[in-house]
Amino acid sequence: MAIVKVSGIETEYGIMVRGTESNPILASSILINSYVEANSRDTEHDIASWNFDDEQPGTDARGFTLESAMPPEVEMHLVNAVLTNGARYYVDHAHPEISTPECANAWETLTYDCAGEEIIRLSMAAANRALPPEVEMLLYKNNSDGKGNSYGCHENFLVARDVPFGRIVSQITPHFVTRQVFAGAGKVGSEMLGVSAEQVPYQLSQRADFFEEEVGLETTLKRPIVNTRDEPHCDPQKYRRLHVIVGDANMSQVATFLKVGTTSLILSLIEDDVLGSDLVVAHPVSAIRQVSYDPTLKQTILLANGSRITAIDIQWALLQKCVDYVGATGFESVGGEVIGKKIISLWEEVLTGLESDPETVSDMVDWVAKKRIIDGMKSRHGLSVADHRLKAIDLQYHDMRVEKCLAARAGLRTLVDPTDVERAIRSAPDSTRAYFRGHCLERWPDQVVSANWDCLVLDVGRGPLRRVPMMEPLRGTKELVGELCTQSGTLLELLDRLTIEK
Amino acid sequence: MAERVQKQKSNSERVEEEVVSPDGSSQQGEKLKAELDDLLDEIDDVLESNAEDFVKSYIQKGGE
Repeated sequence: MAIVKVSGIETEYGIMVRGTESNPILASSILINSYVEANSRDTEHDIASWNFDDEQPGTDARGFTLESAMPPEVEMHLVNAVLTNGARYYVDHAHPEISTPECANAWETLTYDCAGEEIIRLSMAAANRALPPEVEMLLYKNNSDGKGNSYGCHENFLVARDVPFGRIVSQITPHFVTRQVFAGAGKVGSEMLGVSAEQVPYQLSQRADFFEEEVGLETTLKRPIVNTRDEPHCDPQKYRRLHVIVGDANMSQVATFLKVGTTSLILSLIEDDVLGSDLVVAHPVSAIRQVSYDPTLKQTILLANGSRITAIDIQWALLQKCVDYVGATGFESVGGEVIGKKIISLWEEVLTGLESDPETVSDMVDWVAKKRIIDGMKSRHGLSVADHRLKAIDLQYHDMRVEKCLAARAGLRTLVDPTDVERAIRSAPDSTRAYFRGHCLERWPDQVVSANWDCLVLDVGRGPLRRVPMMEPLRGTKELVGELCTQSGTLLELLDRLTIEK
Repeated sequence: MAERVQKQKSNSERVEEEVVSPDGSSQQGEKLKAELDDLLDEIDDVLESNAEDFVKSYIQKGGE
């Protein structure tokens, strides 16, 4: 039986400052500090800092470690906050990045991704209030500046350690090559050297131009379709964290939900070894671009078995396998029947629409919604494929200012109740260890010395600092510790009661 | 677009059943066109005034 696909999304936002010279690291720091300061109950207290003890970005899932080949992933002195909703909010390279807390299923992951957008909007408003009137900070939820510089939106999934990594690589790749038909955020033109706007006026994915390898450890150069970073942030004997770097940041809630939901389902099949290898793609790197460059969705790609098939037909085949699987095994690994059925029905709906006429799913799929606007403006104003206005539309689709955001006007379907998003800005999910982290941060912010995904370091006021390991993503939940948490008057009392419980 | 798909598949009986009556489809088409026109009007209003400057000044460092 596949384990529950605990998941999360890390989003790096594009950042620009108008009206003054600025550097993006400083701008990102101002952004995050503005949020943290605006939301601290007591602006004097130090926000809990991140604990780097278990960061090992150089460990490869294929069984080796790169000791010196990579610089430290995160520079210690940069802003790095842990929020009461269990998320991490920090400066990564030259971008502000939000990692959602660990979520128990795709629906929660979507909710916390939406909360991340709201946190960015709140941060942007707070920063702009503090900046001089002629200076304005702008944020974009996209993955490329249109000039060859890309930044990521990564997903993470909990996978059982005993699944051979080679099986994950070969069997998940067909999904990673083709899921862009519904999860692509769309892009005007191509950033590949030597590819003109006439050759590729529009493509499905923001990211397809940037993948050069089938599998590997890198995330910034020679990016691989399957990333091998082996840094589980939980019990490494039992679990892997599959770090997915191939996706686009989505404005469409349906796209985010499906991107995480379908991948969770397919990983369950791979874990239970029922997916099979009949869809293995012959040349994934060229295929991912071929699919991205074909908005007609009619081209076929070559499979390892010599046959040719469209991206949509690969998706139909994956959907069929998932339907058979849940019929026999149930929806437990993807969050139960309600959420599981929602994944299946939306997946079927989007493929049906894409197959008959992509425009019918402009309320679900970002690349379709954006293309509708691009095509409309092109014909209304007689624009050439290389006109700057088309690139401006592309960029502004992802604008975090509600009054400027084109995605907000494109008629995209809303899945999550706004009150759930509002709650998720402040409070952690009940369903994972993020509950315990969030609860401690909400009630005793001054006593949380540092935090990371799998441990908290706490100052109970006397004696040595107490380190609380959280190696199980599905423990420390409201169900398991909620009563202890709410009944404890002090942090010391809570820790004493937890120790006795053990 | 839908018309083209149907033409390609015109030898299939299943597809013929899906063909919408000409009245219905043109009404639907008019409605979609009107919606798109409204959307484009709105976008003309909110689009950054100097598209070229806007696009050129958006320069990011690679991330991840």
